[in-house]
Amino acid sequence: MQLIEQGNQEAIRRMLSAEPVLIDVVPAKEIVPGLKDRMILHAGPPITWDRMCGPMQGAIAGIIVFEGWAKDLDAALDMAAAGEIEFDPNHHHDAVGPMTGMTTVSQPMLVVENKTGGNRAYCAINEGLGKVMRFGGNDQEVLNRLAWIRDVLGPGMGGALREMGGIELKPLIARGLSMGDEMHQRNVACSGLVLRAIASSMAKTSKDATALSEALAFISANDQFHLNIAMAMGKAIMDPLRDIEGSSIVTAMSRNGTEFGIRVSGTGDEWFTAPVEMPEGLYFAGYTEADANPDMGDSTIVETIGLGGFAMGASPAVAGFVGAGAASEAANYTHRMGEICASENPEWTIPAMDYLGVPTGIDIRLVVETGIVPTINTGIAHREPGVGQVGAGVVRAPMACFEQAVRRLAEKLGIS
Amino acid sequence: MEFTLNKVLQGFYKDSVALMRLSRDLVAMEGVNEAALMIGSPSNKQILRDAGLLASEGDAAEGGDLVVAIRAKDSKAAHAAAEAIEPQIMSQTRASDDDIDWRPQSIRSAAKASPDANLALISVPGEFAAAEARKALSRGLHVMMFSDNVSVEDEIALKIQARERGLLMMGPDCGTAILDGVPLAFANNVAGGEIGIVGASGTGIQEVTTLISNNGGGISQAIGVGGRDLKNEVGGISTLLGIDRLDSDPSTSHIVLISKPPGDRVLPKILDRITESSKPFTICFIGASNFNVPANATVTRTLKEAAQSALGGKSIGSEIVSKNQVSKEGKQIRGLYSGGTLAAESQVILLDAGLEVASNAAVPGASDLKNAAGMHQIIDLGDDQYTQGRPHPMIDPEIRREPLEEAMNNPNVGVILIDIVIGFGAHPDPAGQLVSMLAGTDKKNQPEIIASITGTEQDPQIRSTQVKTLQSAGVHVADSNADAAIAALQMLRVNS
Repeated sequence: MQLIEQGNQEAIRRMLSAEPVLIDVVPAKEIVPGLKDRMILHAGPPITWDRMCGPMQGAIAGIIVFEGWAKDLDAALDMAAAGEIEFDPNHHHDAVGPMTGMTTVSQPMLVVENKTGGNRAYCAINEGLGKVMRFGGNDQEVLNRLAWIRDVLGPGMGGALREMGGIELKPLIARGLSMGDEMHQRNVACSGLVLRAIASSMAKTSKDATALSEALAFISANDQFHLNIAMAMGKAIMDPLRDIEGSSIVTAMSRNGTEFGIRVSGTGDEWFTAPVEMPEGLYFAGYTEADANPDMGDSTIVETIGLGGFAMGASPAVAGFVGAGAASEAANYTHRMGEICASENPEWTIPAMDYLGVPTGIDIRLVVETGIVPTINTGIAHREPGVGQVGAGVVRAPMACFEQAVRRLAEKLGIS
Repeated sequence: MEFTLNKVLQGFYKDSVALMRLSRDLVAMEGVNEAALMIGSPSNKQILRDAGLLASEGDAAEGGDLVVAIRAKDSKAAHAAAEAIEPQIMSQTRASDDDIDWRPQSIRSAAKASPDANLALISVPGEFAAAEARKALSRGLHVMMFSDNVSVEDEIALKIQARERGLLMMGPDCGTAILDGVPLAFANNVAGGEIGIVGASGTGIQEVTTLISNNGGGISQAIGVGGRDLKNEVGGISTLLGIDRLDSDPSTSHIVLISKPPGDRVLPKILDRITESSKPFTICFIGASNFNVPANATVTRTLKEAAQSALGGKSIGSEIVSKNQVSKEGKQIRGLYSGGTLAAESQVILLDAGLEVASNAAVPGASDLKNAAGMHQIIDLGDDQYTQGRPHPMIDPEIRREPLEEAMNNPNVGVILIDIVIGFGAHPDPAGQLVSMLAGTDKKNQPEIIASITGTEQDPQIRSTQVKTLQSAGVHVADSNADAAIAALQMLRVNS
């Protein structure tokens, strides 16, 4: 008991003292540890090709073609099925990726450094909404956009960030919360804040006015642009907690479209997995629940640090995705998540909730004890490869992950 | 013939989440096959086109316009749906159906929300109650545990934990307490004063506190300990802690103990503790046989006598409710009680009058209900056999209906005794409920009904209002439960 409390205090201390800064954009092959040619990092806990869901397989086929390892999607699928590609979770390489979470050698990666912990975390750049690779899209339009991000946007952002000395993310998030973002489903304020911060340096470092204009237009038109920055930030904040003896704080939540997995500070890098659940939400024109793939992506790292579903009180508009849709219910989501968190974040506060700090540090013991599982705000992918996003909503983390983790932690601590 | 209808609201903006909700409502309408509301940006129009929802009107919309696109089974259905959704587009206020105020869902967050709270009232199913109580005690909170079905082992462990931390562990199965003037669970709005009570019985505490309050006295603290505290296994841990508290409490000048007879190993401990105190005690162990009384204590047989003793020997209440004698042939008393201790008190009074009494909750000297032939019967309707899967009769007196009808029509029954317990937690109008059960019964040649009301004028149900309701239906109302039992004896001329 004492050991757990001490461990959790240390975990919360490390979380709250983190100083995440977006410092650069660098091609994955130069910076992501352990990443090799013909290797694909994916979202969620480890999974083999045959167990991957439709959108995950679709994204893999697309990224193989993008990397030039196969000439077309059919050849790419054969290659993947034949075991010619190595798969590994992003989380095993200091990285995260939304939805399918494709990370390969030539993609430009956002680099967030935690100045306190001295560690770095990486995430690819957000592609926008609709038919995109992270939701399983893989046609020429998708691949062309990825190539442009690789060749134009990524280098442009990297140059600007180096020139300006990076963007401090903690104050940016604090402002975003007061502007109605919860940083998972709604990033419109933070995306604007990032654009405002980076625009002049991009202009200063750009040699090509057309490319600059395209880059600024792309960021401006993408309400979710900041999501991937928030994810790299989440990973950078949580990684220093990965092995604190006794701590029952969750360090990662993540889904591969088949399974939901969590990692807990006191049990190191072990995954506790359970079948992933279906999101409840709203669908784009022409789609229904029948089209939806189960929950997917590393983006739950955002909830792990107290944002997303945990910060719903800051973002009443997002509450419209679930239940009766009353904005007045938004605060209750945050209160409910407070039941399962060890602490609150004094710097990330919600004005409409009398400046209550976002719930911080999911304690697996409290999840199991209260029966309240984390609420996650999420996008919904089409179940078939190649279609893309069809809706957005809310999903619950499966209780079984937390039960397994509690048992394992107890075992490790010698508690029967 | 499927029909696609587009309506364009020029220059009308609505948040995309709101539009997606409206789209869902629209799709659910009669005859609609597919529908969407979207701002008319080029990318949105492409989505509408892909979904087979774009008509020429919609195609002409611009980025600042709202397109309502409907594909329905025919033109009529499409237009009807468009008309039906329009008011929702114009005002989409969705108030929550639920109570939106957040209530803490764990002791941890409740304590966080009320940092000054010093007591947790636990009323969860028995199997979870002990774990919650441990959490509360370890946070330094006193515990009142309303839950029952908690093991004796857990009860002992919790009470020891509480004692070590200098806290009160009231219960399990503690239904009544009044602490610092705050009534908890089933309790009454009584006057404050100098009389402190420690009781293992909920209705016993309610009867004594209300009699004291209704007769000019007042209560400092009423501490419940749970029905098992004075059994040998538990050893009276909470009773002793309660006595310690009241003994050292300067605002308590007289201490009343209320319980069923304690276990033989516990009784001497309690008496020793009383002897140590310099304060006067009143002991009411209902149904107990004789024991050596400490010099500073008075022992009473009934709750009413306990109240009188606490009030300094003041005589309270009247034993006469009516000059009438029972007119019918029946000579038996039938008690239909919601309060277990009130049922016990009536048994004691009948036994003391030399009668043969049977009960499903028999006090020493009374017979089991199985051998009730020819005897007076006192029934505790709060007993498990009556409350399986239904609320306790203090919450819902409906349980009384069937045995009441039986007694009313039983030629051997001359008097029916009934307790009406009011106060917090109790039924909002138990007298009214009783009267409604009596309505329509033949008033001639039926038993007399004598009721007592445990409660005060300040209770939500208002004692005098309950009295009037009962009297209007021909029910005699006694000043206390004991007075009701004695009045029954008088009506049947079985007592001088």
